[in-house]
Amino acid sequence: MNFIINYVKKYKFRAILAPLFKMLEAIFELLVPLVMAAIINKGIGNSDTHYILRMSGVLLFLAVVGLVFSITAQYFSAYVAVYSAAEIRRDLFEKILSLSQGMKEKVGEDVLTTRITSDINQIQNGINMVLRLFLRSPFIVAGATIMAFIVDVKSSLIFLAVVALLSIIVFLIMKYTLPRYKQIAAKLEKVLKTTSENLEGVRVLRAFSQTDAERNRFGQITSDLTTMQISTGKIAALLNPVTYVVVNLGTVGLIYLAARRVDAGFILRGDVVAIVNYMGQILIELIKLANLIVLLIKVFPSADRVKELMDMKSDEREHILDGQEAGNNEVSKALESKKSGRISLKNVSFSYNGTEDYDIENISLEIPAGSTIGIIGGTGSGKSTLLKLLNHTYDATRGSVEIDGINVKALSDKKLARLFGIVPQKASLFSGTIRTNLTMAENKVKNEDIKTALNISQAIDFVEAKDGGLDAIVTGRGNNFSGGQKQRLTIARALVNKPSILMMDDSTSALDLSTEAKLKKELAHLSWKPTIVIVSQRASSVKDADQILVLDDGKCVGLGSHDKLLESCETYQEIYYCQYPREEATLE
Amino acid sequence: MNNKPQSQILKRVLKELKSYNISLLVSILCALVTVYFTLRIPILTGKAVDCIIGAGNIDYDGLLLILKKMSVAVAITFFSQWIMNRVNNKITYTVTKNLRERAFNKLQNMRLSDIDSHPHGDYVSRIVSDADTFSDGLLMGFTQLFTGVLTIIGTIYFMLMISWKIALIVIIATPFSLLLARFISGKTYKYFGKQASLRGDTTSYIEEMIINKNIVRNMDYEDDALNHFEMMNDNLADASMKATFYSSIVNPSTRLINNIIYAAVGVVGGLMAVSGGITVGGLTSFLSYASTYGKPFNEISGVITEFQNALACAGRLFEMIDADVEINDGSKLIDDVKGHIEFKNVSFSYDKNKKLIENLNLDVKPGQRIAIVGPTGAGKSTIINLLMRFYDIDKGQILIDGTDIRDIDIDNLRKNFGMVLQETWLKEGTIKENLKMANPTATDEEIIAAAKETHSHSFIKRMPKGYDTVLSGDNGLLSQGQMQLLCITRVMLNIPPMLILDEATSSIDTRTEQKIQSAFAKMMEGRTTFVVAHRLSTIREADVILFVKNGQIVEQGTHFELLQKNGFYAKLYRSQIN
Repeated sequence: MNFIINYVKKYKFRAILAPLFKMLEAIFELLVPLVMAAIINKGIGNSDTHYILRMSGVLLFLAVVGLVFSITAQYFSAYVAVYSAAEIRRDLFEKILSLSQGMKEKVGEDVLTTRITSDINQIQNGINMVLRLFLRSPFIVAGATIMAFIVDVKSSLIFLAVVALLSIIVFLIMKYTLPRYKQIAAKLEKVLKTTSENLEGVRVLRAFSQTDAERNRFGQITSDLTTMQISTGKIAALLNPVTYVVVNLGTVGLIYLAARRVDAGFILRGDVVAIVNYMGQILIELIKLANLIVLLIKVFPSADRVKELMDMKSDEREHILDGQEAGNNEVSKALESKKSGRISLKNVSFSYNGTEDYDIENISLEIPAGSTIGIIGGTGSGKSTLLKLLNHTYDATRGSVEIDGINVKALSDKKLARLFGIVPQKASLFSGTIRTNLTMAENKVKNEDIKTALNISQAIDFVEAKDGGLDAIVTGRGNNFSGGQKQRLTIARALVNKPSILMMDDSTSALDLSTEAKLKKELAHLSWKPTIVIVSQRASSVKDADQILVLDDGKCVGLGSHDKLLESCETYQEIYYCQYPREEATLE
Repeated sequence: MNNKPQSQILKRVLKELKSYNISLLVSILCALVTVYFTLRIPILTGKAVDCIIGAGNIDYDGLLLILKKMSVAVAITFFSQWIMNRVNNKITYTVTKNLRERAFNKLQNMRLSDIDSHPHGDYVSRIVSDADTFSDGLLMGFTQLFTGVLTIIGTIYFMLMISWKIALIVIIATPFSLLLARFISGKTYKYFGKQASLRGDTTSYIEEMIINKNIVRNMDYEDDALNHFEMMNDNLADASMKATFYSSIVNPSTRLINNIIYAAVGVVGGLMAVSGGITVGGLTSFLSYASTYGKPFNEISGVITEFQNALACAGRLFEMIDADVEINDGSKLIDDVKGHIEFKNVSFSYDKNKKLIENLNLDVKPGQRIAIVGPTGAGKSTIINLLMRFYDIDKGQILIDGTDIRDIDIDNLRKNFGMVLQETWLKEGTIKENLKMANPTATDEEIIAAAKETHSHSFIKRMPKGYDTVLSGDNGLLSQGQMQLLCITRVMLNIPPMLILDEATSSIDTRTEQKIQSAFAKMMEGRTTFVVAHRLSTIREADVILFVKNGQIVEQGTHFELLQKNGFYAKLYRSQIN
């Protein structure tokens, strides 16, 4: 909660004015019964028509001033709510951007999205309501009680009893229902999950004749939900009737007491009307307050969730600060000369959960600048993980990764981004245009450099054929392009900057064989001679590399040229021959 | 999507509510009682005030009687309101449950074409939120409309009883507050529209950046992304500000009009009281009515939108509940299936304007292996859709051991096929529960044996709770390849006489695939098998290869026959070899 207050503090002035004006409005509202009492006591009592007219003028004045105050208050509270929520959203977005890959995977994409959208909307709503009502309602309750006391102390003692009783009742009902509302929300979530899971697996479920089982399962889940809703509803349904009874029986007592006071000559009957009115106001405000509390209960968990994300450590990796400056200078020099790109791995081990059960185990490797290395291995052998260690997406648990002799932990993410051109496994584009996609890393790229990159990636033909060419629209996730086109554009995107190291993570899977062959040829003759790291499941993609690293279960089981591995590495032979069966030669 | 006129939906809703007749009746009665006694209170209060005249001048007998009446009225209101709330809750929650279950049950045998052609998220939101919105809206609409109208009628009646002159002021002036509210919300509507569309844009941008976060990092694009987001965020805030502020003017403005009416009643009533046309108590009752008279009007105008919204949701739910189901007129049960499958002059297309399979003839002998080959998106899965009757053919016949598959009970037909698909799907539950799906009686020993054959045992064993590890949609415990291995194990536990393997090993690496060959061999032994694959090693050994292109089977034969034919298959084969 405190963190929200910190954001609201930036609008301190408005955040104070909003409830202040609400209170002023409330004061004017509280004055109305007094004026009415005066009309009855003096106007009607003394048959003074002028007085009645004057007083109704006062009523009109109160109404108009009340409106002005109220609108002012609404303006300030809307302002504070909307703009502090916008700042929270901005900061949260920045936080999300700053998360390392490891932390992002830990939290999950869906969670991040809900935090920054619906949770923040809830907070915005909450701030607005609190500024508007949270002070007003208690103020009216207290104010009405005080006003009643001003009119007549003795008969108003009953107010204290009513207010105390109502507070206890509201508190008890809330205490019972609120935790149950949370459980209901969780059960509803389960309904949602089950439905979408069922839709996704529709073919499998029908193939296994699981539909009856699914019906029963869903029936069980909804019954659970409904039972909980009905039992909670029973108590929640008491809230309105009980407050009604308490207030009205209070009124009955009040009228009787007040009659005694009138009888004894302490007050006039106009005063009785005023006190009864105050009692009515209390009822209305208490109901508003109860609704507000229900709303706030929904806001609290949202605020907690946002706060949790805000406070999360954004980076679990180790950064070597001392060497950073020296390292960066050297890399800057190397970057300029475009001659860098030597990668050394020294006894690198890595595990996702930080235990000794390594996902990458003790890999040592020297990749000379400008050379090509292929990494091959089965599903889960650690190929993509190894790539992520090279550019410090993940931290090596043991050993070190060095680029041109500098530990990657000493390089900033920005420097690393300049060094590496990366083609991810899953081709994904951003909404915008082809140009905005290709110039993400560097927005001052010349047209001809873009064209060169498109030429290399075999994308130039379809890009030029598109309406608008480079400025053709790319819709969300690049869904208006085929898988192969997307893949070629992501390759071009990685090349535009002429990176010193090009990493391709199984990124030609959607290309047909002739396109892949052309691409391979182009990549072999890149003018700036980058170091190329290719990960693949296919032997054909890596067999021409200068060296091939064969991974199995995170361990290096072979390192060398294609010919050498084919002779000596059993795993490589297995992979190669099941893709190129031995007897093929005789068939041709 | 839902073109049905609202009146028709409303009729249907009323029909649906028939089984709640008694509850509804109770609810209506309670509402009547509640409204009547609530409105009696101001009258009684006024009369009480009239008993209090001045010092030494109090009609105690009259006062006590009135106060007693008030207490009784309050007690009755308490009970009727409480019963009404409870009955309403019960109706709402049961209606929701009922609709949810019917919609969900419909999904279990809805035609696959309707599921495939429709965004899943939409069905989910119908079952989850539409059901809620409908019953909430229906009930709120119903009770608020009903009590609102009753309150208005009651108030007018009681006001006319006290003084028709003052009553006229209230009756005539009140619609102004309604008009004002309408006017302001009309203006606000456009700001809300703008807010909604900017909010949508911002959300898509956020999602895009989150999904591609690693790319953003690798491109050093964070600063640009933040700048862009700030711009969107500022625009969104400005639009939100307008929408929030303008919509929050409605209440104070209508309150102003109500306050003016209050003042008018005060002045006219006061003047009349001086001349004796109304008692002070009467004026008190009047003031009380005047200040609450506007409320039901505002509620009712809110209710109408709510109600329309509820009907729209009901329409969407009914559309789902009424959707066509799979045709299942077959009653024959086939057992001891040999696996002789014939396609006779089969024609089929998804889109009736676009021809797909035309006149397909195919005779698959028991135990044969059929490979379906062709480029991505060529319609390889169509044949599977037809065999499993996920879709029904337009013309011709598909026969299994001589029986038309449409004459066979659909569950029985499907049980005779074992299916492993490219899209791995496991339900939320433990690994064991998932594996036992095809064979609920499988023992732990059998499960472990099957898992060993598919080389899944070792990774399952390493999981936090082994076979009892709970899998759920997004906990990322398993890789795609591992999930596919589990799907294979699932079939291994109860191997039906015919098999469909649709890219069953696409996520499994070649080495593991090699290792589980013996499992596949055992699975396929003596069983008619349809294989969709792109690995040539799998294809070459097939008894018949079907080459599919643009939905049509363009070539059919064995590996060598097709190579000799020198057509599409030969071309594909050579390109892969080189």
